[in-house]
Amino acid sequence: MNAHQQATGSAYFIAPETAKVENHTLSVLVNNEPGVLARVIGLFSGRGYNIESLTVSETEHEAHLSRITIVTRGTPSVLEQIKAQLERIVPVHRVVDLTVRAKDLGQERPIEREVALIKVVGSGEHRAETLRLADAFQAKVVDATVEHFVLEITGKSSKIDQFVAILKPLGLIEICRTGIAAMNRGPQGM
Amino acid sequence: MTDSNNQMTGAEIVLRALKDNGVEHIFGYPGGAVLPIYDEIFQQDDIQHILVRHEQGAGHAAEGYARSTGKVGVMLVTSGPGATNAVTPLQDALMDSVPLVCISGQVPTTLIGSDAFQECDTVGITRPCTKHNWLVKDVNELAGIIHEAFRIAQTGRPGPVVVDVPKDIQFATGTYTPPGQAPVNKSYAPKLQGDMKAIQAAVELMATAKRPVLYTGGGVVNSGPEASRLLRELVELTDFPITSTLMGLGAYPASGKNWLGMLGMHGSYEANMAMHDCDVMVCIGARFDDRITGRINAFSPNSRKIHIDIDPSSINKNVRVDIPILGDVATVLEDIVRLWRALPKKPEKSQTQEWRESIQRWRARKSFAYKPSNDVIMPQYAIERLYEQSKGRKTFVTTEVGQHQMWAAQFFGFEEPNRWMTSGGLGTMGYGLPAAIGVQVAHPDALVIDIAGDASIQMCIQEMSCAIQYNLPVKIFILNNQYMGMVRQWQQLLHGNRLSNSYTEAMPDFVKLAEAYGAVGMYCDDPKELDGKIEEMIAVKKPVIFDCRVANLANCFPMIPSGKAHNEMLLPDEATDEAVATAIDAKGRQLV
Repeated sequence: MNAHQQATGSAYFIAPETAKVENHTLSVLVNNEPGVLARVIGLFSGRGYNIESLTVSETEHEAHLSRITIVTRGTPSVLEQIKAQLERIVPVHRVVDLTVRAKDLGQERPIEREVALIKVVGSGEHRAETLRLADAFQAKVVDATVEHFVLEITGKSSKIDQFVAILKPLGLIEICRTGIAAMNRGPQGM
Repeated sequence: MTDSNNQMTGAEIVLRALKDNGVEHIFGYPGGAVLPIYDEIFQQDDIQHILVRHEQGAGHAAEGYARSTGKVGVMLVTSGPGATNAVTPLQDALMDSVPLVCISGQVPTTLIGSDAFQECDTVGITRPCTKHNWLVKDVNELAGIIHEAFRIAQTGRPGPVVVDVPKDIQFATGTYTPPGQAPVNKSYAPKLQGDMKAIQAAVELMATAKRPVLYTGGGVVNSGPEASRLLRELVELTDFPITSTLMGLGAYPASGKNWLGMLGMHGSYEANMAMHDCDVMVCIGARFDDRITGRINAFSPNSRKIHIDIDPSSINKNVRVDIPILGDVATVLEDIVRLWRALPKKPEKSQTQEWRESIQRWRARKSFAYKPSNDVIMPQYAIERLYEQSKGRKTFVTTEVGQHQMWAAQFFGFEEPNRWMTSGGLGTMGYGLPAAIGVQVAHPDALVIDIAGDASIQMCIQEMSCAIQYNLPVKIFILNNQYMGMVRQWQQLLHGNRLSNSYTEAMPDFVKLAEAYGAVGMYCDDPKELDGKIEEMIAVKKPVIFDCRVANLANCFPMIPSGKAHNEMLLPDEATDEAVATAIDAKGRQLV
């Protein structure tokens, strides 16, 4: 009964987390106003949540709405809490957990796509090989000189990861990725 | 809108918007970046400005004002240090859900980002400690933003907001938009009405309960007087035992027959045992804070839980509940009361008979008991006497943070909501005195007591000067044990009695200190004189610092030690002798 004989000398009740961690993609519809992204990001850093990927852009100019797509990691209860905390932010209109929604719709995952620009510098056989691979991965050449290519590729993150890995030995010197844009399959809107 | 009547400067707009939102008092401190607003304050009589001595005091005073009235508290600070000093009360108000509007001055828009004199990124710094904040960049938007600030601060789960107004905007001329005509943010629309299916399910579950308990919190107080009335009605109808968090004290009267006392780390044995052993828990406007739950995986293991809260993020945050009801406490309670009345078959009294007997047994354990003394004033005794002597008056109590706060919560009985102001979530030492000032401003004729500790009171002692300036007869009742008592208690319990920096070596003479400010100083170290002196303190029509010397080594029990569950409380009779005897060595005794 004596607290001072306890092993844990803490003023807090520390319990280890045992639930399984999952990756979820959230769509957040927000007012396009100053500071809104800082509010969202600040929430993640302040409460110790993870951001794996984040994209943001205005989607409805007239209504001043932007759509933020966030890929985050956490246990199911943490993911639920992230959604509730996001909804509490005043300029946030709606939060949809696309991963949960996909499951509800009987689908495996939401559609998730990423665009990457990749610069490859090289000569000789490497250039030919780069072009062959670009063709195989349905990447486009958007800029080129005799020394380099800039390739544009769209697809799932895993596909881009793979493409990048293959290009590394062929002279890849620069990558820019957009992060994930996502929506659910089917005729229903968000 | 070219009506020339509505053309005015930004500073005029601020004052007009405050007035139109029903503001009568603001707490603030002037500085370079808010001078135009202060100039307007000078030229009007509708709103009284209370000059504090530190911006933290302005915030806590506004909190005390808000909590005791149900209105929005307003503070006004300058840029830079004015705004950074406001951070503590803003976070305090965020955690305790206090509606607060903070207007801050900012350097002119042309200088923002240039590291100008007294510049800071106020919206950046206050973003995580407010419900929402704005930097005003167009004088024509100023009025609308202030109206929206008031709406957001006081609706939904109340909280603090900041409106940062650059100095050039205060000087610029623009259009004043009256409330109701300004655009509202459609993304913010809190839901008041609970889901009827969930409420129906809750009432059905409550009717089957053999071991029910109502666990209420600050949300009941925040929801307004109607929520407290309905809560009392519900208790009357169901005969369920009821406990409350620190923040919710007074929503159900302490003299009520179903009252179990406060729950949690220093809550009563009967309240915590009832929480642990119940089969149906109805959480009303509380948030399963870690000081309440104890070890989370041992928290009330066999109960089905109903949770009424207006904040969706509070539901299932720390504890999974079976029936969440998202909505305003008063609105939902009204439905629950109605449905309970309409139940075709009310539960028999015998259904909860055993439960009531268990509770009687736990009550008989008298977990707040302490050893009385004829020689020294026991701190618990001091609170008991203070309570007895202030009975029958319109009394408001604020506290600082520490042992005295817990004793006040345990021994001062609250009969009404909005009478108890304390820093629960953030635990801000220094809260009590400025909060008492805010309460006294709102209730000039009431008895306002700040139950303080000797360490906490020194954190915002400068506000004595404010109390004197405005003739606010707040009573500061210091339980002086010459220690940071709660820090020492934890050091005794968890850190091998190594009392690192928790002894106050250089104590001011509080009587002289009071006199230096122009207040009345009183001293008492004799239990026999205590009643007379408290009576004298209450009778004084000036601010009083009452230096009440109490037993130095008394500790606050019962207590749920860290890592323990509700049914593993450390009770006073199991704790005092051993813990205190081994706590202080010979050298320590010489000090005290």
